Amino acid sequence: MALTGIQIFKMLPGTNCKKCGAATCLAFAMNLASGKAELDACPDVSAESREKLSAASAPPIRPLIIGYGPTATKIGGETVLFRHEKTFYNPTGIAALINDSESDADIAAKVKRFQKLQYLRVGLNLRPELVVVKGGARLAEAAKAVVDNSDLSVILYSEDVAALKKATDALAGKNPLIGPATKANAADVAALAKEAKVPVWLKAVNIDEVAELTKTLTAAGIKDIVIDSGARTVKDAFTDSLGIRRAALGGNRDYGFPTIAFPVEITDNLAMQTAVAAALIAKYAGVVVLSDLDGASVFPLLLERLNIFTDPQRPMTVVQDIYPINNPDENSPVLVTTNFSLTYFIVSGEVEGSRVPSWLLIKDSEGLSVMTAWAAGKFSGDDVGMYVKKSGIADKIKHKSIIIPGYAAAILGDMEEELQGWKVAIGPREAAHLPKFLKEFKVS
Amino acid sequence: MAFQIPTVKYSGKINQVPVGAKKVLLGGQTAYNFHTFEGEFPNKPKIALDVWDYDPKDEWPAALVEAFQGVTGDPAAWAKKCVEYGADIVVLHLKSSDPNAQNTGAAEAIANVQKVLDAVDVPVIVFGVDNKDKDVETLAAIAEKFAGKNLVLGPVTDKNYKQIGAQALAYGHTVIARSPIDVNLAKQLNILLTGLGLPLDKIIVDPTTGGLGYGMEYGYSVMERIQMAALVQQDDNLQQPMISFFGEDVWKTKEASLPTAENPQLGDAQCRGVLMEVTEAVAVLHAGISVISMRHPASVKIVREYIDKVTDGGAVSGGLPEVPITKF
Ligand code: SF4
Repeated sequence: MALTGIQIFKMLPGTNCKKCGAATCLAFAMNLASGKAELDACPDVSAESREKLSAASAPPIRPLIIGYGPTATKIGGETVLFRHEKTFYNPTGIAALINDSESDADIAAKVKRFQKLQYLRVGLNLRPELVVVKGGARLAEAAKAVVDNSDLSVILYSEDVAALKKATDALAGKNPLIGPATKANAADVAALAKEAKVPVWLKAVNIDEVAELTKTLTAAGIKDIVIDSGARTVKDAFTDSLGIRRAALGGNRDYGFPTIAFPVEITDNLAMQTAVAAALIAKYAGVVVLSDLDGASVFPLLLERLNIFTDPQRPMTVVQDIYPINNPDENSPVLVTTNFSLTYFIVSGEVEGSRVPSWLLIKDSEGLSVMTAWAAGKFSGDDVGMYVKKSGIADKIKHKSIIIPGYAAAILGDMEEELQGWKVAIGPREAAHLPKFLKEFKVS
Repeated sequence: MAFQIPTVKYSGKINQVPVGAKKVLLGGQTAYNFHTFEGEFPNKPKIALDVWDYDPKDEWPAALVEAFQGVTGDPAAWAKKCVEYGADIVVLHLKSSDPNAQNTGAAEAIANVQKVLDAVDVPVIVFGVDNKDKDVETLAAIAEKFAGKNLVLGPVTDKNYKQIGAQALAYGHTVIARSPIDVNLAKQLNILLTGLGLPLDKIIVDPTTGGLGYGMEYGYSVMERIQMAALVQQDDNLQQPMISFFGEDVWKTKEASLPTAENPQLGDAQCRGVLMEVTEAVAVLHAGISVISMRHPASVKIVREYIDKVTDGGAVSGGLPEVPITKF
């Protein structure tokens, strides 16, 4: 059960000594309650309160960060089973597996290629961010080849603790996720992780053994743990992922950690790995590991991840702006519509599908669809006309034609009055009819 | 200590809908899709492939056209090809009936349905163009002409449910009830259709799916909410099997048809559209969909293997399409 700020405050020393960084104990308590602070920041809390508080205040799934720089990947921290119940916070990390038996030159070429897999989409840069380096004898060299030739973050994969130590040292400051901790080596891996201050992943023989391993690691003082239940079939991978999420949200602390899944060890076939990863991005994996990163597989997964991890509660809007579609030029048609994100997605999708280079103007209408916005006076002729003027679109085109949505046909008169010299055309009511409309449309 | 997955207490069940003359069963589950550890999952989700009533080879990406080389101008040969490729169901799209396109009439539509029915014995979905009046014109005539064949007719919306619903009821067909990404509208349309007297085993729900990367999450969450209402909250107005037509959205995107050389970061052009289709398929299947409508035969192979293995367990079979790695 989560405690309120006041309940937490009662268990704090009450001296307002500021050592935690907060102005008062009460302020610190409020931060704790909302998950913005960690109890460890207060050095003076009593052992008894500490026990009570850490049990009650820790999030059900431990949030942690793998890696460094632009590819630092935060996973865990989730609070619900279904995104509509609140939101999913931390997108699944996407990784490729590299064996340390590959030459440094091959690894360099690979990770340079991986780093170029970046896609700009609605103002966001989508990219895979992780590489798993697996092996033993050459683990450190291979890991070094990854970070020397790319900005990708690293997950180390070796049961040989000596090799793991060498590689962890080689990645000092790069915060790799190290492991796997198994029943045989958990104590040693924990000691290494504690010293290097890096997160640890564990590999169980099955989901039952996970609890035993998380207990061992936790007792050794490790907090940042990632779970591999050992699942190596499609069915087990899905069922374990679901089981761990349900158990964690149900308060089972032994399973309260993010997970890592290995589609690459389920099948050699990258198409099927992609299918499994698609399931696990929607259904709870912290990291998915593939045999390679290739646009044909990674791009669809990144789109899915973008969609699934979009906050369903945020106002569904896109930024008021000029959106070029299909590389438009000065003779390309201009369309204007509202900033309801579904309107934007559907209209931009149809325009894109038409292959007709076009400018799409998105006018802020407080997230309303065309019909509602027009009815509510948020998409009036004066308003839209004024926006078109100040948007700067006139500098990008040589003509003066603009297409308005069919459902807002009524604003034509006011708009032409506001936009002297422009020709306002009425587009179709349904976005699906846009391709045909655009193909036949002539600017003037 | 043995781990126990905390289970969900389900109180509802998805109605089982038999489609086609051979009565292929849809739905019937008493738990979320693939949750075989906590409920019945009697009928694996089915895969449908598209057939158009005119040749779309100038509109479709090369990857798709190649897969159906030589049959795209002939609905009968095309439908056969779909079955060869492993489709459980064929969707005949009456694309040429679109008043904004060729505006062909009921007679042409009937002739094409006849061709497809003569060519294959899998269930056939006859799909209009989402134009409320035109779809009434074609689908009502088809319903009457093919009485007793248990065709699946769609889309039926709140604007034309009376006319198409009544014809389906009179001549023994199943309908696809389409509503725009909204749980309450889906429920409302179900109530309207059952109000006409249409039995629960004659309705499939299409909650509308956004395209991958184009707002898929809205449809995805509506599906999950419908499943939750149906199975956990026992809302008997939402207990119909659901269908998702995302293939259309996927293949319409720019990325699905961009040649490899133009943007090698997007990988092999043949594979890219397929894996976009596969990715969206797997996502909506886990959100509760019982029938997916796709376009590419390679997608069918991969998704079928996924459905089989996530339901039954076991190792992944060989012979799946390979993804060539694009170096640049
Ligand atoms: S460090 Fe502890 S005692 Fe000091 S102000 Fe913060 S909460 Fe209060």
